[in-house]
Amino acid sequence: MTTIFVTLLGLLFVTFMIGRVMPIDPVLAVIGERATQAQYEETFIALGLDQPLMVQFWIYVRDVMHGDFGQSIRTGQEVSSDIARVFPATFELATLGTLFGVVIGVPLGVLAAVRRGTWIDQIARFVGLIGYSMPIFWLGLVGLLVFYGILGWVSGPGRVGIFYQGIVEPITGMLLVDSLLRGEWDVFKSAFSHIILPASLLGYFSLAYISRMTRSFMLEQMNSEYIITARVKGLSEWQVVWGHAFRNIRIQLITVIALAYANLLEGSVLTEIIFAWPGIGQYITTSLLANDMNAVLGGTIVIGSIFVGINIFSDLLYRFFDPRAK
Amino acid sequence: MKTENTFVALALAALIAGTAVPHAQADTPANMLVIASRIDDIKTFDPAESFEFAGSDVSRNVYERLVNFDPLNLDAGYQPQLAESWIVSDDGMTITFTMAQGHMFSTGNPVTAMDAEFSLRRAVVLNKTPSFILTQFGFTPENVAKTIVATDDMTLVLTLDQPYAVSFVLNCLTSTIGGIVDMQVAMENEVDGDMGSAWLRTNSVGSGPYKVVDWKPNESVLMDLNPNYNGNSPAMERVIVQHIQESATQRLQLERGDIDVARNLSPADVAGIADVEGVKIVDELRGRLMYFAANQKNEMLSDPMVMEALKLAADYEGMSNSFLKGQYTVHQAFLPRTFLGAIDDLPFNYDMDMASEALANSGFPNCGPVAISVRDAQERINIAQSLQNTWGQLGCDVEVIVGTGAQTLDRYRAREHDIYLGAWGPDYPDPNTNAGTFAFNPDNSDEAGATGLLAWRNAWALPEMSNDTLAAVVENDTEARGAMYETLQREFQITAPFGVMFQQIEQNGMGTNVENFVAGGATTAVSYWVVKK
Repeated sequence: MTTIFVTLLGLLFVTFMIGRVMPIDPVLAVIGERATQAQYEETFIALGLDQPLMVQFWIYVRDVMHGDFGQSIRTGQEVSSDIARVFPATFELATLGTLFGVVIGVPLGVLAAVRRGTWIDQIARFVGLIGYSMPIFWLGLVGLLVFYGILGWVSGPGRVGIFYQGIVEPITGMLLVDSLLRGEWDVFKSAFSHIILPASLLGYFSLAYISRMTRSFMLEQMNSEYIITARVKGLSEWQVVWGHAFRNIRIQLITVIALAYANLLEGSVLTEIIFAWPGIGQYITTSLLANDMNAVLGGTIVIGSIFVGINIFSDLLYRFFDPRAK
Repeated sequence: MKTENTFVALALAALIAGTAVPHAQADTPANMLVIASRIDDIKTFDPAESFEFAGSDVSRNVYERLVNFDPLNLDAGYQPQLAESWIVSDDGMTITFTMAQGHMFSTGNPVTAMDAEFSLRRAVVLNKTPSFILTQFGFTPENVAKTIVATDDMTLVLTLDQPYAVSFVLNCLTSTIGGIVDMQVAMENEVDGDMGSAWLRTNSVGSGPYKVVDWKPNESVLMDLNPNYNGNSPAMERVIVQHIQESATQRLQLERGDIDVARNLSPADVAGIADVEGVKIVDELRGRLMYFAANQKNEMLSDPMVMEALKLAADYEGMSNSFLKGQYTVHQAFLPRTFLGAIDDLPFNYDMDMASEALANSGFPNCGPVAISVRDAQERINIAQSLQNTWGQLGCDVEVIVGTGAQTLDRYRAREHDIYLGAWGPDYPDPNTNAGTFAFNPDNSDEAGATGLLAWRNAWALPEMSNDTLAAVVENDTEARGAMYETLQREFQITAPFGVMFQQIEQNGMGTNVENFVAGGATTAVSYWVVKK
């Protein structure tokens, strides 16, 4: 717990200092260039910028501890409520993307390792290579052009069709989940049609990473003596691969999947921009460009905290799968 | 990130340049207008505070004003709206408005002079950024109880601190801050004496054709008809504005027929879509100007012949016909075309021989180091690089300093730049909006801190021209007033340390079935209620 506390405090300190050392006048960002000097000074004091830096930091920590990240100058709303609105959109997208990456990437990696050197292995490696080397925005744009623009198989940008906007009262903020919970099937279908392309795209990049790592881990296991022993004992190939080799890479895979998931949660900015997906990546980026530091810092803290949270969760999973970790 | 975004746009533009997307025209319902636009600058819908482009677009369709522009005849100037008539006292200091009958807020409450009094007073009292549009007439939080008064439900009296041209006052009342809100509902939602400001950020209580039904920042604005609207019922019963950042994405949506209007198409996408069946491009001149300005604290730049040389050594046509093609037109006066008093004079053509001659006759025949301060927007960087090239041919040692908007603005306001390259848009649809900043600087001292005045930011002392600017705001003969601005601009063009270069053109892509989409010209914002499909 001490480590977590120190990490979060360090995160607060770093984000606070970034906000203060950025060559941006926070007052001008709030009032705009047309404001008078009197309005400037009034806002300067209202923002607490006349206080010593340490006092400002203390106030900042105190407010953050109360869930108060201040007000966004760009949206005019509380940053916490903005984040509560945009984060579920990213969460939904990243979760679906990771699911896609795991469901396909893990078996593909295992298969590539077991069938090393065959055409299956070559395809798996090629898919991984493309996923690693192709810029995500390029694939996004191609995907949008082909599957939306030309073929019309999926819906275009945004989270849901214009006719379904505002129909579902948010419960979790995740439109797929909320539309199911509310029994709004048409909204669900529209939301699914909108999310499938960006989620597949993100999933592909997860898949590339996960399948390569899975293959690598599996190859290491498959060359181990205990695998030879298992085969000598007459176990079926299925039991050898999934009952022994795969069982021993679960811990490593958890780390890989957790990292991939965390990356999607904070690193899908370009995908969100291309697909007009109102998620936290786009929120932080556009806030940064608009000098909206409260929003940037709030978003950064949330993302940082999620990283910490995912690490804790993967630690717990370690202990579950490997009692020695206790 | 900016670079990445630009790259994204260029990449998709290149990708789809030759790719025909099957067109599915007009998938949107006939009574619904769907627009793709960049609306991430919306902070509030409160007319006392809203000062951004996308916010003004919403406000114009939600709030009526005492006087307003007819979107189908913008050249006619302000017209009666909530006020059916007005009279000006003999001393020119009092304007008495008679309210029109029959206007109702979306809440069902009738619009009265009390609402107008409340709305204008609160705009002054709240003292938000756009409040200067009203306070320049002498209204203060302390005196509004006496200077903005509803004498009965149908009569509103404004008492000014001195006589002003009526056109000046009324033009200002057409701006967003002149929007009239429902006093009763605003005060029912008052928190800590904010006169309903926090509530009005996300809610609307106007008497305009539409009401805001839903706003998700960075995502969409949804407007439905105001059932109590006094005018002809608009054909578009619902308006949805989606935030779509990328031009290429807007283009795809337009080609697919998923939207009716795309408002942020890049030149490449405009060119790519020009021949697509079922889609048209409509150009509209807007009020934004692109200019460079020279700090007069810099000895070399304060030499008039150096400034003449720099103005002559700018390749105006070359820029407007290449990277600014379709987006900006050459314009060299501080009033945008279509404004009262606007002129079309182009005294400076790209002429390196004349520029060299002017420089040779200056006190700095070899020119010298010049730093151009420019924000990290691609079109501005391109202009700066063009100037760097042509001024470099004069012998100037030109450095382009690229920074964020805030960085360059900080330097500009602190008078620490050499050359500032930037854009300026009118705050309200009256010539004084630009004259009062380009050609007005009553106190040039550092202590004056008049950071809102462009002339002050460039340390340009212009006592006579400042007086002329003041004289123009009290001239009641509109024709004579226009002539005063024309004279002022011609003098400005020659003597000012400003090189106004371009005026913005907005190119909107839309379905061929969309009619009467008026983005607002140089004077106002978009008007959805006249659109038909």
